[in-house]
Amino acid sequence: MIPLHWYLLLSAGVFAVGVAGFLTRRNIIIMFMSIELMLNAVNISLVSFSRYLSDLRGQVLVFFIVAVAAAEAAIGLGIIIALFRNKATAHVDEANEMKG
Amino acid sequence: MLAEGIFIYLAAAIIVLSVLVITRSNPVHSVLTMLLLFFHIAGLYVTLNAEFLAAVQVIVYAGAILVLFLFVILLLNLKEEMLERRYVGPWPLGLMAALGLFLVIVLSLRSFAPGPPGAFTTEVIRAETNTKALGKILFTEYLYPFEVVSVVLLVAIIGAIVLAKKRLRS
Repeated sequence: MIPLHWYLLLSAGVFAVGVAGFLTRRNIIIMFMSIELMLNAVNISLVSFSRYLSDLRGQVLVFFIVAVAAAEAAIGLGIIIALFRNKATAHVDEANEMKG
Repeated sequence: MLAEGIFIYLAAAIIVLSVLVITRSNPVHSVLTMLLLFFHIAGLYVTLNAEFLAAVQVIVYAGAILVLFLFVILLLNLKEEMLERRYVGPWPLGLMAALGLFLVIVLSLRSFAPGPPGAFTTEVIRAETNTKALGKILFTEYLYPFEVVSVVLLVAIIGAIVLAKKRLRS
């Protein structure tokens, strides 16, 4: 059987790629997709915990995370459309009106 | 041996595809790469005996969320954005921060010790099927969080409409 650590390493790798994408890119859509990447990394580790600890609660948590990710995508894309209507840009550095 | 081979293929594909997602300059290419990525993650769930979640991954993530992303990219006009530089500001700093986080997680994995195993062994789930066992635990022990999630989705629906609709000129 595959050791649990392999799955956790994979999850950590995907999470780190998501963090890197969020911190290095300035296109708001790519930043949003990086957040989805991080959520998926957490899902991978939760499903593998559920398998290796033979407990289904991890999968229930993944179910909730998927629901929250869907809600977050809907709200976030609504914000992106509102931002684009007002600023005509998807570049987050150009939305700096609230800077003091 | 076969299980290891499948895992190594899926893990390599997931890492490579996620790096591709964050490095493409065209957001449409990113979304299509992410579609492939979600299919591979669904495959990983199947190898972990989570068939229901694999189906949910394909239906919700690949079917709903990515289509939403594609619609928004089509609504926005991103021609000028694609010509700009992809990485701006102190991007090596961000890369270093991500690498540091990865190292911290990997080092903390060494002290990880699994807790006592639960009641849902592979044999129990095989006798009852994954979806039925998951549904039983979701609608008994986790009924209250399940209802709260429905409220979260309602808020998302209303919020998306309020944010995206045009202001009426009065």
